[in-house]
Amino acid sequence: MALSKEQIAQRIAQEVKAGYYVNLGIGIPTLVANFVREDIEVEFQSENGILGMGPFPFEGEEDPDLINAGKQTITAMAGASFFDSATSFAMIRGQHVDLTILGAMEVSQNGDIANWKIPGKMVKGMGGAMDLVASAENIIVAMMHTNRAGASKLLKQCSLPLTGVNCVKKIVSNLAVIEVVDGKFKLLERAPGVSVSEIQEATEGDLIIDGDIPEMKL
Amino acid sequence: MINKTVSNVSEACQGVSDNMTFMLGGFGLSGIPENAIAQLVALNVKGVTCISNNAGVDNFGLGQLLQKHQIKKMISSYVGENAEFERQMLSGELEVDLIPQGTLAQRCQAAKSGIPAFYTPAGYGTEVGEGKETKEFNGKMHLLEHAFKADFAFVKAWKGDTAGNLVFKGTARNFNPNMAGAAKITVAEVEELVEAGELDPNHIHVPGIFVQRIFQGEQYEKRIEQLTVRKK
Repeated sequence: MALSKEQIAQRIAQEVKAGYYVNLGIGIPTLVANFVREDIEVEFQSENGILGMGPFPFEGEEDPDLINAGKQTITAMAGASFFDSATSFAMIRGQHVDLTILGAMEVSQNGDIANWKIPGKMVKGMGGAMDLVASAENIIVAMMHTNRAGASKLLKQCSLPLTGVNCVKKIVSNLAVIEVVDGKFKLLERAPGVSVSEIQEATEGDLIIDGDIPEMKL
Repeated sequence: MINKTVSNVSEACQGVSDNMTFMLGGFGLSGIPENAIAQLVALNVKGVTCISNNAGVDNFGLGQLLQKHQIKKMISSYVGENAEFERQMLSGELEVDLIPQGTLAQRCQAAKSGIPAFYTPAGYGTEVGEGKETKEFNGKMHLLEHAFKADFAFVKAWKGDTAGNLVFKGTARNFNPNMAGAAKITVAEVEELVEAGELDPNHIHVPGIFVQRIFQGEQYEKRIEQLTVRKK
């Protein structure tokens, strides 16, 4: 079975290690916070100006002066801090953030990512995504392996306007965990019950299959 | 102490005219200068360029200026929340320059700091980098980005004093400190204006030197864009 969005988030949460500062993008990445082990200390950064972001507030306790980058009302954890936008991107550009998790429309086998613009349609903008992917050392992409029409989103070359070049290190899709190595996709894990050939078929880019590919543990 | 107070928003916006460039603080609808925006709508200035992370929603924030066709050009990082914006952009009535959020913040900070330009890796290899000067540092390619030039910066803080010192609350801080001091004239509106000496100098986020005019705003609506809560 292909993974649900929650299960993609659950698998990515395993990549979050003790002591990490983590920036979560909008969509599936936001869900990752729900699955991080409770026995490790992690801080979530939101680029609009908070480190130590907590869960959504209880009903009636929302504060219009306390939102995340998706403009959702949030809370602040004990030990949180607020800061201006230039400081926020100093954290990001200066590589003080350990892990960046974001969504993608397309990823190419050399690690290019496209996630901000579909020409001819409404263009909403890149927000902080270009700054994040240009500087982060450790980028994990959360995405569906194929689009609604069944076409692969893991490509030899992106067809959409790029957000960043040569930057994605790891992809967790609804079908597989894949690493970007030497200009190719390397298959690391399969979703439970999904075969290597199904993943191969859903991947337009070059896929390295080295030995037995284990199933993900969720 | 140099007194920066003006009596109201109308005095604060004196000198504003058509075809100017404005910086406006805020992220989404959080920390936007609500009183200044209402005044710009009332003054009906036309042909303006707005530097702001977002463009408001249809009937609030910068969306109010858009509805009256006052904005010629928007410089933003993300503009998704506004149907009128979309319509004007697709019809070509509105010029839009989308730039990475960190670059937007730093172009304000550079203007404020007397730094004419800087290098950043954000956008290299994408259409944001087209036509821009590039340079390699430590094996990595960067784009040359320039400081903004603006006539007015409109910022909003939680508290301020008569000397122009500002204190922000929560994530309503965002671009406001970076824009304060980045234009020829900075207008700060605050929810609570106090006498100089009442704010602890240890807790000032923006020193008064970056602010030319300060006033206490009225009737802050502070609209929430995405109300997300959990059950008790």
